[in-house]
Amino acid sequence: MEKFVTITSNITPLAIEDIDTDQIIPARFLKATTREGFGDNLFRDWRYDEQNNPKKDFVLNNQDFAGSKILVAGKNFGCGSSREHAAWAITDAGFKVVVSSFFADIFKNNALNNGLLPVQVSQQFLNTVFEKVQADKNLKLNVDLEKQKIEIVGHNVSESFEINDYKKTCLINGYDDIDYLLSIKDKIEAYEKGSKYLSLISK
Amino acid sequence: MAAKTLFDKVWDAHVVTEIKGGPSVLYIDKHLVHEVTSPQAFAGLEKRGISLFRLQNTLATADHNVPTKDQHLPIKEALSRQQVEKLTENCNKFGVTLYGLGHPYQGIVHVIGPELGVTLPGMTMVCGDSHTSTHGAFGSIAFGIGTSEVEQVMATQCLMQSKPKTMKIEINGKLGKGVVSKDIILYIISKISAAGGTGYFVEFAGSAIRSLSMEARMTICNMSIEMGARGGMIAPDETTFEYIKGREFAPKGAKFDEAVAYWKTLYSDEDAKFDQVLTYKAEDIEPMITYGTNPGMGIKVSGHIPAETEIDAASRLSFKKSLEYMDFQPGASLIGKQVNYVFIGSCTNSRIEDLRLVAEFVKGKKKAANINAYVIPGSKQVEKQAIAEGIDKVLAEAGFELREPGCSACLGMNEDKVPKGEYCVSTSNRNFEGRQGPGARTLLASPLTAAAVAVSGKIVDVRDFNLN
Repeated sequence: MEKFVTITSNITPLAIEDIDTDQIIPARFLKATTREGFGDNLFRDWRYDEQNNPKKDFVLNNQDFAGSKILVAGKNFGCGSSREHAAWAITDAGFKVVVSSFFADIFKNNALNNGLLPVQVSQQFLNTVFEKVQADKNLKLNVDLEKQKIEIVGHNVSESFEINDYKKTCLINGYDDIDYLLSIKDKIEAYEKGSKYLSLISK
Repeated sequence: MAAKTLFDKVWDAHVVTEIKGGPSVLYIDKHLVHEVTSPQAFAGLEKRGISLFRLQNTLATADHNVPTKDQHLPIKEALSRQQVEKLTENCNKFGVTLYGLGHPYQGIVHVIGPELGVTLPGMTMVCGDSHTSTHGAFGSIAFGIGTSEVEQVMATQCLMQSKPKTMKIEINGKLGKGVVSKDIILYIISKISAAGGTGYFVEFAGSAIRSLSMEARMTICNMSIEMGARGGMIAPDETTFEYIKGREFAPKGAKFDEAVAYWKTLYSDEDAKFDQVLTYKAEDIEPMITYGTNPGMGIKVSGHIPAETEIDAASRLSFKKSLEYMDFQPGASLIGKQVNYVFIGSCTNSRIEDLRLVAEFVKGKKKAANINAYVIPGSKQVEKQAIAEGIDKVLAEAGFELREPGCSACLGMNEDKVPKGEYCVSTSNRNFEGRQGPGARTLLASPLTAAAVAVSGKIVDVRDFNLN
C-alpha cells in the first residue's frame, strides 16, 4: 500500500446524502477479476447518459473541479453493498480522501484497506465547505493525517478528525493488515487449540 | 462477573488478541465465499505465495451472476460466465469446497448457510457480501466484509475489527393481519433511517421477535445492514435449536446436546448495558412499502409519501432527487399506482416459507395481465421442496413461473433486470437507483404484499383481501 502523506487539493463537491455503493459503482461493472480500471465507471449512471455521453451537470464532468484528490459528499456515504470495488473506483479515479459527516461502516474499512482516507467531519463543517465552494470553485482543503486535522485553506476554518492509532500507523507507513496477521500466526493457532467451541462445531 | 450482552459473549469468545489503541484480532469460524468479491482475494494469496489457512472453515457457492433459466447450459453472458468459471478454477486450485452450478446445494450464499446447518449459534461468520447479517438470526456474529478482508480471512482465519457499539431493538406485542417480518424491518428502518444503526451491532428482542420462525428472523437480520448496522442478531432459543436439528452439517447426537447446552448460555444478561435501546409496538406496524431510493424511505402502504416540509432541511435535496427518480409526488398515496414488475426472491425473501406464503395467497387467483412476475427460489433445496409441495403448480396456474435459484433481479448481475422507468414491487432489500437495472424503479415490500400487487396489477393494501 502507498504511504499516506498530507494532502492539499481542490475538492469535488457532491452534496447528496445516502450515496450508496451501487451509485459509486453499479453492479453490472463488478464482473472484472482484477482491482484495476474501475475508475472509468465511477458514478457511471450519474456521470454518463445511455449513449455514454458525459452529463454536463454532473460534478465529475465539470472541468472546474478537475484533478481533485478530495471527494466531499453528504451524510451516510458508502451505504449499501459491501463491494470494495467502490473504494477501488474512487482511488482509481485519483482520489486520496473522502470527506463526509458520516460513513457507512463497511465502506470505511474498505477505504482504509486501500489507502483512501475517510475523514468524518461535523455536519456544520460539511455545510461550510459546500457553501464556500459555490463561491469559489477552486476552494482547497488541507488534510493532515499526522495531526488529524482538516482545514479549509485560506478561511481559517478547521476541525480535528478521529482515526484509530493502528489504522493511522498503517496508512502513514503503507502497512497492510495481512502482513500483521501473518506475523501472529502462532497466537492464532494457540487460540484454536484453546477454543472449546471450535472442537464442538468441527466435524 | 460483569453482565454481558449476547454480542459481548460471542465477541469475547473470539478475540485472539487486542492491539493497543487499535482493533481486535477476531477469529472467524465460518467464511462464505461467492464469485463477485473473491477473485481479487484469491489473486492476493497467489501473489503472496500462500494457501488458505483453514480450508474447513470455508465454503463457496455461485449466486450473483447465475442465470435463472437453463442453468445446465453454459452461462450466455461472457463476463458473468468468466467470473463464475474463475470461482471454480480458484476453488479447485486452493481446495475450497464449492457448491457451484449443478450442485444440489447451490444457492444464494445466505440461504444455503442456514439450510445446510453450516450457520450455528455463537459463531463468527463473514462473507464478502453485506447481507451476511442474515446469519445473525441464529445468535451468531455475522457481517459483510470487503475483498481485502476476504483475503485476510483466507490467509489467517482472522479479521482486524474494532468493537462496535451495541443497540437493542425490542418489538413487543402481536402482529396484525397481513403483517409479516419484512414489514417489521421496513418499519424499523423507516423510523431510524438508512444510517440510524451505523456504528452499532443490533440485537432484536421482544415478544414479537420471539414469536417469529427462523426464516422470518432471517429476513429481519438480513436487512439490519439497511439501517447501517454492522449486523443484527437474535438470541437462540428452542425455535433455533429445532430448526438446526438434523441439518446436514449441524452437530449430531451427543455433540448436538453439548452444543445446545452452550447455545442456551447465549442471551443478553438481564442487567447488560446497551449503548442504545429502542422499543416499538407490534400493533403499530402495518404492511409497508418504500417510495424512495433508500430502504429508509418507507411508509405504510395505506399512508402517504411525506410532504417536503416533513423532511429535514439537510436531507431535502436527496429527498427531491429521489422522488424525481421515482417520478412520485410529495404527499401522494401509492395505492392504485400501476406497476408492471414483481420480483419475489433474494436473500431477504426467497426461502420456502416465503414461497409458501405467496402460493397460499395466489392459489385460485391469476396474476394481472400487465404484470411480469419473477419468482426465484433462494437455493436448489428450496426449489426442490417447492416442487415437492406442489408450489410450482399453484404458481403456474396463477400465471407465475418458478425459476432456478440465484440472486437474480435483486441486483441484476444476471439477465433478470427491470427495464428503465418501470416500477417493480420487490421482496429484495435495496431500492437504490438502478439497483434492478439502469433506470429501474424499485418499491420494497413483503412477499405477501408483492403477491397481492401481482394479482392486482397495481399497488394495493393486502388487508383488502381475505386472508387466512
